[in-house]
Amino acid sequence: MRPIRHRKPDCSECQRCYDLSTASIQTAREIRDAVATRKISAVEVCEQALARIDSANPKLNAFLTVARDRALERARTIDRERHTGLLAGVPVALKDNIVTRGITTTASSRMLQDFVPPYDATVVRRLEAAGAIVMGKTNCDEFAMGSSTENSAFGPSRNPWNPDHIPGGSSGGSAVAVASGMSPIALGSDTGGSIRQPAALCGIVGLKPTYGRVSRFGLIAFASSLDQLGPMARTAHDAATALSVLAGPDEFDSTASQEPVADYVGSLTGDIRGIKLGVPHKMLEQGVEIAVRECFYGALEILRARGAELVEIELPHAPYAIATYYVVATAEASSNLARYDGVRYGFRAEGGHDLKEMYEKTRSQGFGPEVKRRIMLGTYVLSAGYYDAYYLKAQQVRTLVRRDYERAFQSVDAVVMPTSPTSAFRIGEKIEDPLSLYLGDVFTVSANLAGLPGLSVPCGLTPNRLPIGFQLTGRPFDEATLLQIGDSYERDTNWWKQWPT
Amino acid sequence: MPERLTRADVDRIATLARLELTEAEKNLFVHQLSHVLEYAEQIQTVDTTGVPPTSHVLSHMPADRPDEQRHGLTNAEALANAPDPAPQAGLFRVPKVL
Repeated sequence: MRPIRHRKPDCSECQRCYDLSTASIQTAREIRDAVATRKISAVEVCEQALARIDSANPKLNAFLTVARDRALERARTIDRERHTGLLAGVPVALKDNIVTRGITTTASSRMLQDFVPPYDATVVRRLEAAGAIVMGKTNCDEFAMGSSTENSAFGPSRNPWNPDHIPGGSSGGSAVAVASGMSPIALGSDTGGSIRQPAALCGIVGLKPTYGRVSRFGLIAFASSLDQLGPMARTAHDAATALSVLAGPDEFDSTASQEPVADYVGSLTGDIRGIKLGVPHKMLEQGVEIAVRECFYGALEILRARGAELVEIELPHAPYAIATYYVVATAEASSNLARYDGVRYGFRAEGGHDLKEMYEKTRSQGFGPEVKRRIMLGTYVLSAGYYDAYYLKAQQVRTLVRRDYERAFQSVDAVVMPTSPTSAFRIGEKIEDPLSLYLGDVFTVSANLAGLPGLSVPCGLTPNRLPIGFQLTGRPFDEATLLQIGDSYERDTNWWKQWPT
Repeated sequence: MPERLTRADVDRIATLARLELTEAEKNLFVHQLSHVLEYAEQIQTVDTTGVPPTSHVLSHMPADRPDEQRHGLTNAEALANAPDPAPQAGLFRVPKVL
């Protein structure tokens, strides 16, 4: 492991490159231990992270807002209080659909371009109580709708492994921030794969917890029955630490579960002997890039060598998951986004002569094309005459998707699949064909429909040096087993130590 | 093959969704939304006889907290992001309704 430098990083003066061979910040665990034992000050860590952001962000567009003064002020407080919390002095980046008191929160939409929230999301309060330092807000697809971060009103983020390629999405900016060393931990939200897929495409770890494991209070809603917040990090260990901070009931979110919070870090024993992993081989037969398939089967061999038992399983309704997801998610989105009406907050268009005209102009000018597309689709599937054929039917198929997993978990402890069927495509490549982009969610949407936890772990690079990840899906509230498997895999591999060059 | 949606459908949905679309957007959406709906129709081939719908995946009923009065946002905080606030009256101002 690369040691933390205690003085200025080599690259702090350079504004032109983002050469990460000199990256000074590695894992949250190292930073926290160094800060808690006063080997380095939180202010020094914060300054290093800000220097990295200054040098890399102009090219990669990971951050929309850098909370420089607030971060330094917090760092001084951490040093003064000799904070020893689980994330003492650890920089964190927040996806810009997580509200932050006093820091502009846009959801990457023109609609909320100047929105300054009057309160903090529960996850923000929990991170700060654990000593974490909020560095700023990261770019995403508008209202988290997309898988490439190209749907941001503020321009796409770029993959640090190759800036001509997408970083994935919708939590693309958060993935880039971690992958490029701007921040060791970032939060994303995941409605259909938006934490796991960008994590895979940027070569980092991404955890979507069980629905209800983490409070959604202060998350700008997209599809409320599917949305979940979770951490992105360089290691399973860091993700485990972050989840211990984030998880638990919340008086501001009645859907946040009372289920006891497990000892996620304690579960990282390295030992996965006897753990049964279900592999749905049938799902891999078509449409999976060769390099993804090879890396995935390579990862299975390592997991087997470490003592896991591989079992073939079937998920008979998996082929219907994408169609089901795009009906349910757009229906919920069309309802959730009705609140953007130009009255109480956000953008209002000029020239509306009456209230209805003002609504229509505001929403037409404030929303980007993908958001309009999904509102239209959601409105259609909920409208009279189509509700039963689309929305009700999709809710029934959702039950069947969920039952497939319940059946699988009678014989296996986790299901393992690639996270994304392909590596990162080029920016602009799929912009004309929304359906082709939706089909890339084939391995991730089921976990949201069934409410299950999912973890993406880096497992290789394509010949063109673009990252690939595999995904573990677990029983409800069994994040500990997923993290245990991911951590065990990391002990035999070094993908997580690689930096883009 | 005819598209799943007509221009009239798109107009009707846009009205329901309170969106004012340009001609170019309407033409694009007729095509793109038809394409997605055509794909989504595959769920209609699944036998769902007697299958209950899933509207949420919570294993327990949501937790209640005691019904006690507590402080929310102040009037000034609530109005701070409004495009057209009337702070003295403490209200949001909108164009005429009728």
